[in-house]
Amino acid sequence: MIETNDLSKQYNNDFWAVDGVTLNVQPGQILALLGQNGAGKTTTVRMLTALLSPTRGWARVAGFDVVKNPQEVRANVGVLTEQHGLYTRMSGEEYLEYFGKVYGLDEKTRRERSGYLLEYFGLADSAHRRSGEYSKGMKQKLALARALIHDPSVLLLDEPTSAMDPESAQLVRSEIARLRSSKRTIVMCTHNLAEAEALADTIAIIYRGRILLNGTLDQLKRDVLGPVEYEAKFAEAFELDGLELPEGVTLASRSATSLRFRVDAPQLTNPRLVSQLIARKASLVSFQEVSRKLEQVYLKTMADAQGVSHAA
Amino acid sequence: MRRNWDAIWLVARREFIDQFRDWRIVVPMLLLITIFPFIADDTTRYAIGFMNRFGGDLILDNLIPFVILVIGFFPLSFTLVVALESFVGEKERGTIEPLLSSPLEDYQMYLGKLLVGIATPLFFSYFSIGIYLLLVSRRDVAFPSAYMLALIFLLTFAHAVLMVSSAIVISVQATTIRSANLLASFVVVPVAFLLQGETVLIFWGNEDVLWYAIAAVTLLAGLLVRLGLSHFKREYLLGREIDTLNFKRMWQTFQERFTGGARSIKDWYSREIPTTLRQLRQPLMIVLGLSVIAGLASYVWVIVNVPGYIEVSPDRIDGVRNFLNQNLANLDSLGDHLPAPLLFFYNARTTIFFLLAGVISFGTLGLTLFMFNIALVGGVMGAAQLIGFSPLLTFAAGILPHGIFELTAVILATAAMLRVGALLVTPQTDKSLGEILLLSLADWFKVYVGLVVPLLAVAALIEIYLTPVIIRLAFPYL
Repeated sequence: MIETNDLSKQYNNDFWAVDGVTLNVQPGQILALLGQNGAGKTTTVRMLTALLSPTRGWARVAGFDVVKNPQEVRANVGVLTEQHGLYTRMSGEEYLEYFGKVYGLDEKTRRERSGYLLEYFGLADSAHRRSGEYSKGMKQKLALARALIHDPSVLLLDEPTSAMDPESAQLVRSEIARLRSSKRTIVMCTHNLAEAEALADTIAIIYRGRILLNGTLDQLKRDVLGPVEYEAKFAEAFELDGLELPEGVTLASRSATSLRFRVDAPQLTNPRLVSQLIARKASLVSFQEVSRKLEQVYLKTMADAQGVSHAA
Repeated sequence: MRRNWDAIWLVARREFIDQFRDWRIVVPMLLLITIFPFIADDTTRYAIGFMNRFGGDLILDNLIPFVILVIGFFPLSFTLVVALESFVGEKERGTIEPLLSSPLEDYQMYLGKLLVGIATPLFFSYFSIGIYLLLVSRRDVAFPSAYMLALIFLLTFAHAVLMVSSAIVISVQATTIRSANLLASFVVVPVAFLLQGETVLIFWGNEDVLWYAIAAVTLLAGLLVRLGLSHFKREYLLGREIDTLNFKRMWQTFQERFTGGARSIKDWYSREIPTTLRQLRQPLMIVLGLSVIAGLASYVWVIVNVPGYIEVSPDRIDGVRNFLNQNLANLDSLGDHLPAPLLFFYNARTTIFFLLAGVISFGTLGLTLFMFNIALVGGVMGAAQLIGFSPLLTFAAGILPHGIFELTAVILATAAMLRVGALLVTPQTDKSLGEILLLSLADWFKVYVGLVVPLLAVAALIEIYLTPVIIRLAFPYL
């Protein structure tokens, strides 16, 4: 579990890299931390790994305070850093063996974990080759295997699938999803919004060190893009005259063969709306929710934030 | 304990393997350490032939130990790159963060790197020395004694620890390998000078004196290791603080500490100076104790040993008295030859020199220079006794009048300098090395400006205008 309150980091007494970050990530949850380069994601992760001490606020990771119990925090956290950070003259097997020892695993556990991870990430055949000879994707997979070698209860992943081919990226995503189901607490920094959308339970958008938004994807969509929209498509042109919209439904836009409705409480009003359309003998082809992507949420949030900061 | 050692060895072992797998490191090193003993052997052969023709037994006898010392130093200087890039290299390659994110303790990482940093150059040094000794054993020259060899091996070890511990401090503080390599000159050049000093000791012909060199270098190396351990923080390897040099902020920090928020000079003297003096209590006790020891030891040494070197006969004593008589005649016009402001400037400069020596040696060199000065006072009193003057009267008339101020000033400056050195090697989790240096220097300047400078000014006036009068009164028969 990860809890932070007003977590802040100031550099050189004048620049707040992270300013008042409050988060709560429960076991079995994935938080995706989104933001531009330099927004404060890496600094936040480093504070959660007890590598940087907060200037203000506090953080507890896996039940330990990052300032008072840094060693315990590090022992319980698996970190995938922004750069893969491999020792390129070591083979994949030696590398995992080394970090297994660093994390104090006994020989049997080390061998089992390293064997499992090499096999799982498809690196078993290259286990004896120096990691300097690996492809970018293989290096990333080995770095992820290192983060998992001690089976940590908390995972902090910085761009986990960057530089990976689609198959490998899918493999890593499956592993992350599997780790969530085994009650790990995961924080993932990423620029890959589709990945965040697919994996994250909660999403936080950070801008200039401050959290602008934090919540589930549905909450963020509702907060940023407004109520959910539904689109009705017709086989032929449909006349709207005389259609009485149920309470909580407004017309968002229309064309000759389609209508878009903004709906506050879909469960309550959608059945009535569809009944009315059918009653009006509309040649209804489909009635479905308009897909809204995290990308729209992110871009709008950023545009608003930048607009505000430019105006200021 | 065992677990700690395992962790240190884990870090060290990986570095060893990493280095020895890189042929770009191994091949040049092996070439250099193998070729250099042959070149040195050939040069020695010519030098011995030259000296056999034209004399120079003292140099001849000690030439081989000198060459061994140089051969030992040579690999240390070029293998220093291993220590120099130990932390900053990992930082630049991006491999440091996974290591820092692990549960290894700071000191385990630091000592692991230190172990490799020392062992590799030392292995190459001893290997190179071994080749040279093998070559020497086949020639018709005096082979150095086992005692001398042991001393040189110890000295080479001390050099390795000194150089590597400095290099690792640089590696932690530097932000790029390029800057670390540039800073390497601050390690190699002083040790090269040190080597020249040790060469003098070797050619002096007294092997036992090398023990002092070994002790001094080991002490300095130990302090450097302590400095490195005290200020090794994961945060500084990843943080941004050391990337920028904010002169404005540095000046603010210094100024705030120096003034202590005092509203007037009176406020500063009544609040800040007493606070700083209270902080100096411990170093003051040490400096006072050492000055008594240095003065007494020097006094006793002169009384006991000088008669063994110089015959103290009545004729010689008369000669010294006549010399003093002639020179004391100039005392009345001392101010013409040495104006009080100039004397003040010399003394003020000396205390600053103590500080500079203290900062680069964590107080030890500054303290040694101070003790040497106090020893001179003890020596003068001992010499006075040998030529029949009362040492106490000599002190009371010739030193005490201005010494009350001058010695007090020098003792205060030395104690403040010692505190600067001690703070540098003391762990302080909330401050960087630069901050500690800045704050302790501000404290030193507080003592210097507030007390030392006024005391030295008064002392210079007394020494030029009052002390000669008192000497005349105390020794009317001269």
